[in-house]
Amino acid sequence: METKKNGAEVFLECLLKEGVDTIFGFPGGAVLPVYDALYDSKLNHILVRHEQGAVHMADGYARATGRPGVVVVTSGPGATNTVTGIATAYMDSVPLVVFTGQVPTALIGNDAFQEADIVGITRPCTKHNYLVKDIKDLQRIIKEAFYIATTGRPGPVLVDIPKDVFTAPCELKYPDKVHIESYQPNYKGHPGQIKKAMDFILSAKRPVVYAGGGVILSNAAEELKNFTTKLNIPATTTLMGLGGFPGTHPLFMGMLGMHGTYCANMAVMNTDCLIAIGARFDDRVTGKIDEFAPYAGIVHVDIDPTSISKNVRVDIPIVGDVRDVLKEMIRLIPAQKELKAHKESLKDWHDQLKTWNDTHQLSYKFEPKGKIKPQYVVEKLYEATGGDAIVTTEVGQNQMWAAQFFKYDRPRTFITSGGLGTMGFGFPAAIGAQIACPDKTVIGIAGDGSIQMNIQELATAVQYKLPVKIAILNNMVLGMVRQWQEFFYNKRYSHTCVSVAPDFVRLAEAYGAVGLRAKTPAEVGGVIKEAMAVKDRPVIMDFRVDPAECVYPMVPAGQPLNKMLLV
Amino acid sequence: MRHTISVLVINEFGVLSRISGLFSGRGFNIESLSVAETLDPKISRMTIVTSGDDKVLEQINKQLNKLVNVIKVYDFTDEEHIERELALIKVTCNADSRAEILSIVDIFRAKVVDVSPRSYTVEITGDEEKIRAITELLRPFGIKEIVRTGRIAMARSPKQK
Repeated sequence: METKKNGAEVFLECLLKEGVDTIFGFPGGAVLPVYDALYDSKLNHILVRHEQGAVHMADGYARATGRPGVVVVTSGPGATNTVTGIATAYMDSVPLVVFTGQVPTALIGNDAFQEADIVGITRPCTKHNYLVKDIKDLQRIIKEAFYIATTGRPGPVLVDIPKDVFTAPCELKYPDKVHIESYQPNYKGHPGQIKKAMDFILSAKRPVVYAGGGVILSNAAEELKNFTTKLNIPATTTLMGLGGFPGTHPLFMGMLGMHGTYCANMAVMNTDCLIAIGARFDDRVTGKIDEFAPYAGIVHVDIDPTSISKNVRVDIPIVGDVRDVLKEMIRLIPAQKELKAHKESLKDWHDQLKTWNDTHQLSYKFEPKGKIKPQYVVEKLYEATGGDAIVTTEVGQNQMWAAQFFKYDRPRTFITSGGLGTMGFGFPAAIGAQIACPDKTVIGIAGDGSIQMNIQELATAVQYKLPVKIAILNNMVLGMVRQWQEFFYNKRYSHTCVSVAPDFVRLAEAYGAVGLRAKTPAEVGGVIKEAMAVKDRPVIMDFRVDPAECVYPMVPAGQPLNKMLLV
Repeated sequence: MRHTISVLVINEFGVLSRISGLFSGRGFNIESLSVAETLDPKISRMTIVTSGDDKVLEQINKQLNKLVNVIKVYDFTDEEHIERELALIKVTCNADSRAEILSIVDIFRAKVVDVSPRSYTVEITGDEEKIRAITELLRPFGIKEIVRTGRIAMARSPKQK
């Protein structure tokens, strides 16, 4: 008789059939059968040093490519270590499939060794999750998991698989199709609503496009650019939307929100027609919600109905895929001849925008003989790469400066934890992005606080010879929290000084990576140049920057967008 | 405003906690919840009584629909419908009060489902108002215990052809 495969072997076969090339994981008791099968598999497995790192890597991989990121970890602590990564992906709608081992079915509920109810724990931070209780459900559930993660509004799906399911005999029968009666995402926008929106947009005198991460998720950057340029409408994006519209385009006003540009925030506060595309009116974007865009009729395109009218009342909602809807909207744009009058009617608005743009621009005070300004480092990184790089960030000041002073012309080149704001995200995400795009320059812009939250992944990057460039904007403080303490807590700097830190250069060397340091502005360019030349291992650049530097503009929490603190 | 919402869900383990977790996680109210299989054993119906303004109800509706296990969400509030709850009330009785309790039970078309020398257990079905009314009338005799179900609801059939 032919020997049957077991669940673990079939599991890996299913991943290959799903088109998975790389999985991020860490072994343990409950997933030993999978790791045994992996020994003979052609799947590429990246051995991480902490399970949280695995999920952020898979996340970086997914954001850089649009393909789902895949994680395999063991039960108990292996599973619970993934939670922050999963919550991060959930908030930013990143397609992930996380497979956790579980204790054998007979032991579930017995407080067995390395048992955790990970399905219960992750229920509120996954798009959906499963416990596979029977080998006969395994392949259907894997298929469904990938389908749910990647369709509609994407998100992480967790599949918990007990050890005895992995060892049970099984035949490969991976389904071709999925049918889930209760899950039928809608992609086509309502034609009547689209027509209504276009009539409104064409009648507007002060229109603004406000684009979010949905543009990138639905691969609609080209359509967005088309739509916006044809109608000559100025555009701003959220943090998550950076790269969804070209950062160097003349119609681009920069990011809006708490640390948005003066021009973008003023435009939103004065527009009569706000066209929200794949954005969700997050509190960091809207500022004081009652005073947000007070003169605007709002058009909102989003694939997720719950995003519509959740925070802000919407006048013309369109539920559908951003790309599909934009294509339909573009189809309704009148011929250029008829558009002429419309474009002329926007002249006053563009003049006004120019005035705002001239009034205040993103800036900082460069002192050639003084301390390094963190913004200067970001600008130098932009210059060195010509913008042709994938940038990941940690969370805090480094993230905002990376958003403000680097220009992102293409989607999937700016990778950041926008929703959850996870410190420790950027470095592993950079590793994931580098694995996904081996020929690209990948730069992780970090703070000295954040980088220490997943620094152990240096070993992973060294092991796989990944030339990620980590630029630590090292101010020896938890900068963003410190900034809030300076502005709003009477400069009582409670526990934000982290000057007791490793020597990052020697730390890099200890791991087998390259460590470089710049202490003066004059050294910055050279360090970057040297880092860019390294092709076979990670580089840590330790930039000793001015700790007093703050992120401007800033809209204090709870204030309307036009109440910006400017430098 | 109070709303009675009916939710058809795939009958899988964990689905109840998905729904209740959604309500607690997003700060929505649950006043009562009842769950049972439908004619199709693969599908369950949950009847949830909740409250909130229009904006909250819109979110409850949308968020429920977003759950992968949810097939359909139906809000009865603006619809002609029948609502029922059931209560079991154990009320103290003695020789003097038996007759009066029985007459109350009779008036409400309730039933006595258990008798002991010192108590009656009364089963009553009806809308919330009716159950409150009988409870108030029985209270002076001494209610030892009361158990109530959540509310269930069904739309009325159209009266004209």
